[in-house]
Amino acid sequence: MPTIEIPTPLRPYANNQSVIAVSGATVKEVLTDLLTQYPDLEKHLKDRKGHVRSFVNIYLGDEDIRSLDGEDTEVESDDQLIIIPSIAGGRI
Amino acid sequence: MLLIPSTLRAEIEAHAEQGYPHEVVGILAGNSVMNTVQVLRSLVNERGDTNNRYQVSALALYRATQALESEGWDILGYYHSHPDHPSQYSEYDREHALPNLSYVIVSIQNATADTMQSWRLSEDRASMIEETIEFLG
Repeated sequence: MPTIEIPTPLRPYANNQSVIAVSGATVKEVLTDLLTQYPDLEKHLKDRKGHVRSFVNIYLGDEDIRSLDGEDTEVESDDQLIIIPSIAGGRI
Repeated sequence: MLLIPSTLRAEIEAHAEQGYPHEVVGILAGNSVMNTVQVLRSLVNERGDTNNRYQVSALALYRATQALESEGWDILGYYHSHPDHPSQYSEYDREHALPNLSYVIVSIQNATADTMQSWRLSEDRASMIEETIEFLG
């Protein structure tokens, strides 16, 4: 099964696990499975419209899925995905 | 409560003053059990409008945090500066925050460090809650 690595600040919402086995043939399906397993992650990974938040970056190996097929990117059974947050902010 | 040695407070302020009028950003790392900052790591602000906002891309942040974690440090949060603006979090700060981290903001007024506050994202993401900072030494 593919796996997905959870960033440290979000691990309390995933039973404190760093890597979770997920099922799905695409990134979209994998995310759906992840959020089915751990629904408390959803508010931090997705905005109110259900879109992955801009600072939530999903990598398949070394590739940002945005440079592949986005959430339609196909996932193989031995693939390792990583959620890597970027950071942003500012005075306004 | 977030514990910050006075020497590191001075380093954050110096970084922010040197970067003025631009926003600076860095990592707070240390001991998560004691919630004590023990090391800082400055980051490059990748935004164009650096006087109003900061941004650090995923891979740059990942490399920096992995390096710190390999040295045995826990990532406690991040600091950034608000040039000529209070150390109060903005909506943009809140929208981009993650839970379980401290977000330290230092206000720089006319190139001089003023107030420093720490914020943590509320559970429902609707606000940020001020966290007391205790300066050590």
